[in-house]
Amino acid sequence: MSKRLIDLQHITKSFDGQMVLDDLNLYIRENEFLTLLGPSGCGKTTTLRIIGGFETPDQGTVIFDGKDITKLAPNDRQLNTVFQKYALFPHMSIAENIAFGLKIRKKSKAYIEDKIKYALKLVNLDGFEKRSINSLSGGQQQRIAIARAIVNEPKVLLLDEPLGALDLKLRQDMQYELIRLKNELGITFVYVTHDQEEALTMSDTIVVMNQGYIQQVGTPQDIYNEPINAFVADFIGESNIINGTMIEDRLVKILDVKFPCVDEGFGTNTPVDVVIRPEDVVLVSPEKGMLEGDVTSLIFKGVHWEIEVLANGYEWLVQTTQMHPVGSHVGIWVDPFNIQIMNKPESNDEKAVESDA
Amino acid sequence: MIRKSAERIYLFLIFLFLYLPIGVLIVLSFNNSKSKVHWGGFTLNWYKRLFSSSSIMEAFYTTILITLASALIATLLGTMAALGIDAMKKRGQAIMLGATNIPLLNADIVTGISMMLLFVRFTRLGMNTVLIAHITFNIPYVILNVLPKLKQSSRTAYEAALDLGATPSYAFYKIIWPQILPGVLSGFLMSMTMSLDDFSVTYFTKGAGINTLSTMIYTEMRKGIRPEMYALSTILFLIALILLLFLNYGPAARKEPHH
Repeated sequence: MSKRLIDLQHITKSFDGQMVLDDLNLYIRENEFLTLLGPSGCGKTTTLRIIGGFETPDQGTVIFDGKDITKLAPNDRQLNTVFQKYALFPHMSIAENIAFGLKIRKKSKAYIEDKIKYALKLVNLDGFEKRSINSLSGGQQQRIAIARAIVNEPKVLLLDEPLGALDLKLRQDMQYELIRLKNELGITFVYVTHDQEEALTMSDTIVVMNQGYIQQVGTPQDIYNEPINAFVADFIGESNIINGTMIEDRLVKILDVKFPCVDEGFGTNTPVDVVIRPEDVVLVSPEKGMLEGDVTSLIFKGVHWEIEVLANGYEWLVQTTQMHPVGSHVGIWVDPFNIQIMNKPESNDEKAVESDA
Repeated sequence: MIRKSAERIYLFLIFLFLYLPIGVLIVLSFNNSKSKVHWGGFTLNWYKRLFSSSSIMEAFYTTILITLASALIATLLGTMAALGIDAMKKRGQAIMLGATNIPLLNADIVTGISMMLLFVRFTRLGMNTVLIAHITFNIPYVILNVLPKLKQSSRTAYEAALDLGATPSYAFYKIIWPQILPGVLSGFLMSMTMSLDDFSVTYFTKGAGINTLSTMIYTEMRKGIRPEMYALSTILFLIALILLLFLNYGPAARKEPHH
C-alpha cells in the first residue's frame, strides 16, 4: 500500500460546549479516494475543515506528508477544497476565478493561460473562459469550482458534499467524472457526503461516522457486506436488522428459528444483532422455507420489486425480481453466507462507539 | 375605471401635499418682490446676493466640510463596525444592532442636547464638536447599509480565497470588499444626506460663531423675511435631491456587481 499522506491523531473538537469530534484517529493514504460518510451532524464536515485548516482542533495533531500542520493557516497548506455551495467569486469571470490561486503564486501569464485551458478541458467546459459565473448552471459552476482547485496541483483535493445541490441525473454523471478526474490527476481525494450510494460508487475507502465517532473504515464491499454494527448496516443501504441469539459457532437463532451461518467467536447463547440485506432474502414456496409468512406490501421499484413479508412477528424487507402478490403465502430462505452477525451495543452510549481505525 | 382614476387622484394629492410647499419655496426664490403672495416678475437677484454674502458662503463651506468629513470618517468607522458585528456570534450581534438602532430612533433634539451636555463638560463647542456629533449619528446608517451586503457575501467565497493561497488581507480586498462596496457607497451617500440636512444636533453642538446652512437659515429667518434664504433653501433641496438620486440610481444601487 502507498504511504500515509494525512494522519489525524487524537482529534477533539467542540463548538459552544457541544462535542463534535471525540478523540478521532484516521489516516489517509496517498492517491486514495477516501469518503467520510455519515448523517448530518456526525462530524464529517468538521473533520474536512480541520484538514483544510478552517478549524483548529481543540486537541490532537494533523500530520501532512510527515509534517505537523495543526496550526498552519489554510493559505499555507498544499491542498485545495471544493465547497458545497461552489463558493465561486461572482464578480470575476471564469478565467479570473480559475487563475486566482495561480496569480497568488506569481505564475507567468503564459503558464496561467495554459493551465486555464487545460483545466476547462478536463472538466469538459472548453471555451468558457470569458463567461460570467451567473450564466452557468449548478453543474457547470461545480465543474468550475473543481477546475479552480485542481489548477494549483494540490496533493489533496477536499470535496465537501460537492454534488449535494445537483439533481439526480447530473449527480450520477458527476460521480463518474470525479472518478475519471481522480485517475487522470493521480491525487488524493477526501470526499464528504451523506449519500451512501455516492460513497459506494466512488470510494476506495469509506469512513462511516456517527455522533463524532468513526464507526467503521473499509472498502465499499467491506462496509456493505460486513457492517460492524447496526448503525452502519442501517446507514449503508436498507437492511433487516433483527434481534438474535448466537447459540454456538455457526448457528444463530432468529425469531425462534435456527439459522446456520458462518460467523464464529461470539460465544454461546449471546444476544446479537443480525443483519440480512433485502436482496439476500430469497422467497420460496412455503414448505421449502426456513420460516413461512404472508406478503403484506408490494411496490414496483423498476429493477426489482420491494416486498414486505410478515413472518414470525417481523416485517421482512425483501427485494426480488419475482412478483408475489399481496396476501400470498411464501417461505423465506437465506444463504448462511448472507447472514451478518454483530455484537449488540451494551448501552445506548455505546451505539456510537469508536472502532479501531 | 372609477377605481383607477380614484387611485390616480389619490396619488396626485399625496405628491401635491408633499411637494407643493417646496414648489412654493422654489418659485419665491425667483420672485422679484419681497412679498410672499405677490409675483413681482422673475429674477436671479436673490441668488446673486446669496453668493456675494460672506457669512452665507462661510456657512456653505462649513457645511461642505462637515458633510464630507463626517461622512468619510463615519463610513470608515461604520464599515469596520459592520465587519466586527458580522464576525460576532448571534447574541452579540443582536445586542450590537440594538445599540446602533436606538440612536436612529432617538429624537434629534434629544441627541443634540445630550451631546451638548457631554461636550461642554470636556471641551468648548465649535467645529470639532459638530463634526464629532455628525460622525456619531452617521455611523449607524453606514452599519445598516454595509451589514446586509456582508450577510449576502458568502463566507465560503472568502474561505475559498484562503484555500487558494490568499492571505486574509488579500482575500478581504479581492473577495469581500468588491461585494460590500455598494453598501459602503450607499452608506457614505446616506451619511452625506443626513449630515447635510441636520439642524437640531448641529444647532445644539455648534457653539457661537459657527453656522452650517441649516442653522444659518434658521437664525436669518428669525430676523425677518429674506428671500436669499429661499434661494439657499432651494439649493440645499437640490443638493439633497441629487444625492438621493445618486443613492437610488447610482453605482451603489446596482444589485449585481459588474466587472
